[in-house]
Amino acid sequence: MTLLITAFWAIDPFTTQIVQVWNTDNFQRILNEPAYHSIITRTVVMAALVTVTDAVLAFPFAYFMARVASRRVQTLLFAAVLLPLWASYLARVYAWILILNHSGLLNWSLQSIGLPAANIGYTNVAMWVVFSYIWLPFMIIPTYAALERVPESLLEAAADLGARRWRAVRDVVLPLALPGVVAGSIFTFSLTLGDYITPILVGGAGSSFIGNVVYANVGIANNIPFAAALAIVPVAIMAVYLLIAQRLGAFEAL
Amino acid sequence: MKFGALAVVVALALTACGSTSNNTGSTQKPPPTATLKPLDKVGAGEGQLNLIAWEGYVDDSWAKPFTQQTGCVISSKYAGSSDEMVSLMKNGGGGQYDMVSASGDADLRLIYSGDVRPMNEKLIPDWNNFQTFFKNPPYNTINGVHYGISLQWGPNTLLYSTTKFPNKPTSWEVIYDQANKGLITVPDNPIQIADAALYLSKTQPKLGIKDPYELKKNQFDAAVQLLTQQRPLIKKYWALASEEIQLFQARDVVVGAAWPYQTIQLKAAGVKVDETIPSEGATGWGDTWMLATKAPHPNCAYLWTQYVSTAKIQAEQALFFGETPVNTQACAQMEALQAGSCAQYHADAPGSYFDTIRFWKTPISTCSDGSQTCIPYADWVSAWTTIKG
Repeated sequence: MTLLITAFWAIDPFTTQIVQVWNTDNFQRILNEPAYHSIITRTVVMAALVTVTDAVLAFPFAYFMARVASRRVQTLLFAAVLLPLWASYLARVYAWILILNHSGLLNWSLQSIGLPAANIGYTNVAMWVVFSYIWLPFMIIPTYAALERVPESLLEAAADLGARRWRAVRDVVLPLALPGVVAGSIFTFSLTLGDYITPILVGGAGSSFIGNVVYANVGIANNIPFAAALAIVPVAIMAVYLLIAQRLGAFEAL
Repeated sequence: MKFGALAVVVALALTACGSTSNNTGSTQKPPPTATLKPLDKVGAGEGQLNLIAWEGYVDDSWAKPFTQQTGCVISSKYAGSSDEMVSLMKNGGGGQYDMVSASGDADLRLIYSGDVRPMNEKLIPDWNNFQTFFKNPPYNTINGVHYGISLQWGPNTLLYSTTKFPNKPTSWEVIYDQANKGLITVPDNPIQIADAALYLSKTQPKLGIKDPYELKKNQFDAAVQLLTQQRPLIKKYWALASEEIQLFQARDVVVGAAWPYQTIQLKAAGVKVDETIPSEGATGWGDTWMLATKAPHPNCAYLWTQYVSTAKIQAEQALFFGETPVNTQACAQMEALQAGSCAQYHADAPGSYFDTIRFWKTPISTCSDGSQTCIPYADWVSAWTTIKG
């Protein structure tokens, strides 16, 4: 609420004190300045890309965990998924910097098998890789939970009706697991949308996220009203997203 | 998102508690505290000193002996940016903090909003040993009134890989050159616009840029345009010195704007780099201990300023932090602690060296000719966001 009100105020450009004059200048600036458009688009596209990537990676993994693996393997996989969450977020991001930078593990491996260097360190591709890695567990767990809840009897019925395994996965398991995937996507999407640390550390030039601009306006410019106006953008995006997720039944899957 | 919103709420709460005086920011008037008389002599310490400082500026290795000598117990709060310092002083300056170790880009904001008061340089014996430039630098001295005592400084140098550039580059042109695409790094700081303006002041004299911190609309636009063209060439805008060190170490970049600290660290790590101040000159930063207008412990504050101005402490802090003392007598002390360091950090630089360095100061809308046509800092920040994209 305070956020909303502050967004309609302004600051004194020199002393950066808040001037409580009602105006919509902050929103007009966001609407009229192409740089903010590209930052918002970048943030949303990246969040969507990471969500899709994680869903694609997580589904087979969660399926294997829930329906194929033995109890013992299941426990091991669970540990493998959750263990990285014990390590600091920063430590994991820094590890990726060491892998992706110019003389990092990736280029070293590529060169040793005779391929040209990839040089994706400090680019949006690097951000995509790191985000997808960092938020993957948040997609696997709800997907796994949804998959485990699919009753075995339905698959048996599908088999009785002549569906092969792939057909059963596509027509029976996938629709039933979808709420779980959507629930996971809420995490991956919102976490990426609100992040500003990975863009600082892994991103290159032209990698700013909404969060970075908010941070710069609070911490550097002390322009809190503008930061508040910009911070409303992801709130609005998430509100729409959650509405769609609710339609898809994500909240029952949580 | 959540962090952003939280920060907004917290900052708003802070602002709400702060002063409500509506400062219009008119800078033609003298600073609000200009007429406050500073102390005539330093009395006994009050036993307490509250500081806002850069991390490492109140290190135990020299803060502890100070407390033993004077009985002033220091409690310090580290700030992460110049703007955090400004807002801390604005919101907690009402009798909570005594001093702030502000950098040049924050000083004028503190001075003109009345958060700091004049200091009496005669009470600081070592002031006479300061480099002439740092006795009255324009970022902390206005009309002969000292709003603080200079502490340390550093230039923003051109750092380059000697494998890529066997011949020392003589111009900042290398960081705007298509030939080095994807191999350049510059600081992630709006004040970087001044570096572009400094370069333009020499390469496009028609623009008539005299002071890179006082830019008129067309000059500012030209600098922003140069930096926008530069963006595709940049590998990364660095925020922490350690980031730039890593970029050079991993050979992600070959040239960039840096502090002497990075050069020294990289050389120590065996990376083939060197630094130079190109023909256009360079920007630099200078830190100042400033006294809060409502400082509750002024005597301890003066005792502290005296203490950190002495050659010994100046040298210790310089080596601890990788910066240069303003006290010319600190050179010998630095050599004693670490041979060769005095020249490395330019602590023995002649007066002419300071002609090549334009020190950071807050861009304000009042130009030195008195007109109100210069672009203020808030616009620098939003332009910087646009440049970085």
